[in-house]
Amino acid sequence: MFDKPPSLRLRPSLSGGVYLSLVVALLLAPIAIALSGQAFYLDLLTRAIILALAVASLNLIVGGGLVSLGHAAYLGIGAYSVAIPTHYEIHHGMLHLLFAVGGSAVFALLTGAICLRTKGLYFILITLAFSQMLYFTVVSLDEYGADDGMVLAQRSQFNGWLDLNNAATLYYFALCALLLFLLVMHQLLRAPFGRVIFGSKHNEQRMRALGFATYRYQLLCYVISGAVCGVAGFLLGNFTDFVSAEMMDWSDSADLLFMLIIGGVGALFGPIIGALAFLLLQEVLSGFTVYWQLIFGGLLIALVLLVGKDGLHGMLIGAQRKMQSGKMQSGKMQNSKAQNSAAQP
Amino acid sequence: MDGWLLLAQLFNGLQLGLLLFLLAAGLSLIFGIMDFIHLSHASFYMLGAFVGAGMMALSGSLIVALVVAVIVVFLVGVLVEWLIVRRLYQRDHLDHVLVSYGLILVFDTGAHMLWGSGGNVIPLPAALNGQFEVGGLLIPRYRLLIILCGLMVAVGLYFLVTRSRLGMLIRAGASNRTMVSALGVNIDALYRIVFAIGAMMAGFAGFLIAPITEASIGMGNEIIIIAFVVVIVGGIGSVQGAFYAALLIGFMDTLGRAYLDDLLRLFLSTQAAETAAPALSAMLVYVLMAGVLVCKPQGLLAPTGFHKKIKLRDV
Repeated sequence: MFDKPPSLRLRPSLSGGVYLSLVVALLLAPIAIALSGQAFYLDLLTRAIILALAVASLNLIVGGGLVSLGHAAYLGIGAYSVAIPTHYEIHHGMLHLLFAVGGSAVFALLTGAICLRTKGLYFILITLAFSQMLYFTVVSLDEYGADDGMVLAQRSQFNGWLDLNNAATLYYFALCALLLFLLVMHQLLRAPFGRVIFGSKHNEQRMRALGFATYRYQLLCYVISGAVCGVAGFLLGNFTDFVSAEMMDWSDSADLLFMLIIGGVGALFGPIIGALAFLLLQEVLSGFTVYWQLIFGGLLIALVLLVGKDGLHGMLIGAQRKMQSGKMQSGKMQNSKAQNSAAQP
Repeated sequence: MDGWLLLAQLFNGLQLGLLLFLLAAGLSLIFGIMDFIHLSHASFYMLGAFVGAGMMALSGSLIVALVVAVIVVFLVGVLVEWLIVRRLYQRDHLDHVLVSYGLILVFDTGAHMLWGSGGNVIPLPAALNGQFEVGGLLIPRYRLLIILCGLMVAVGLYFLVTRSRLGMLIRAGASNRTMVSALGVNIDALYRIVFAIGAMMAGFAGFLIAPITEASIGMGNEIIIIAFVVVIVGGIGSVQGAFYAALLIGFMDTLGRAYLDDLLRLFLSTQAAETAAPALSAMLVYVLMAGVLVCKPQGLLAPTGFHKKIKLRDV
């Protein structure tokens, strides 16, 4: 067995303990919240986890060089796969989930096949165009609430073994889905599949010359991303008890991109950090002033200009490096002191 | 089909098309020359409307309001370019989208702070209220004015781009940026002036529409997406392309909304036609854009020599 050469590391990452403690904190959070009696924070956290799942799915394609400005469409598809069957009194959760994943995957396959024929700026705009098409389709569906959206009569049912009406259950369901996807993504990116995706981001011609059908790989990547975002939509619909076309407005797609870049593009845990930071910031600022978006927008601009794509995750890595090199230096100084004292008895 | 009604719809289409052109021309140049995705173009549209409404209330003169609005938007354009946007030209498109979205948030909230959350109307002087009657057709005077203004700007821009030294630089910049800067042109100044002219035209469009729809927060956020469609369809960096594409999309949108349900009724049930028509007519422009992107990504009227590198990937 070979150790992986360091050049194959996808991105610099924090020490494993940091991620582990983040996961443990997320797992224990509902208990802490229940003890403190601040049920509101569980809502905030659940929303953050659901959005983190959507952002993680976006991370898969943006990390592979495909910037989509239409990803909120999949949130909408997922949410409507709960709302429309519920409208016909079909409450079966597995069926909803199937519709969410299937619907999103089919939409991603059809639109992705077209979108992926373009690149860069054109890709951004064509994904936007498709999400706008879906938006206007939904707005014109009078049967399903049109502009006003639909209120869910009840949440998805799982034959009694999962009660999504319980806030903690919904939270853990979302968290499991998120961690599961992160695990799959972690494996996927280290598999040949991930190599091809990264390779085609950096030099597509070369990947093709090596014999990889990059288009097919990218399409698969796009479909996976869409389907996972559909699951996030399913969760979001159940969480808010309300779905509307507003969920797939282009500004929501931009919000998802923002969470991604706050957390750090391409970092596995970036989406969690990004979604949490985004929602907390929103919460704190909106409590502070009505005009919070002024500060919010300014902060976002500053973040992009000054920090760049590695986001908070990148800043944390920088901090960790500084700490480590600080330790090493102080260690060296002690060593040299020891040597000095040894040399001059 | 009523002939006069059709004529009235064509008239509305022309008006929408020219407004779109005012937005899209600047957007297309900013896109073509700086390669910058400028979502916040919408904010300048809104700014023009708000400053115009404010000045109208203050001075009572439409001309003064117009002049002040256009100058203010121009200056804000220069400022935004200098402070923020110029730092982004070297970055990739993801950063462009994010920063310009951030700018939209800042501008929208700024307008909310300055002018309140309600809409601001620009009241029209009596001379512009009312309508012309031609045969069976009623043409609101103000709409006619919008069309005239739009055409005037289009002609002016045409001469600016094809006959002036600045226009020569703009065309050269759109077709080969690197070469222009290699020839010793101050590319930073060119970028700034193009950005500010684009902003100014967007502000002008916002000012023109404000008496009809009133100035409101986020008023540009929807039309800007249509303006992007115009830019793509017309070909990035081409003012002429933007003009034809804007008219095409203006007509398509207006006529689609007016007649699509009649058309669909020919081969669908009445109810199905009534459900499908609004969705289809709203989607029509995006379908056009997707079609253009797939079949002719450089746009229908791309400037020659521009973006030769863009071709379809072989699948």
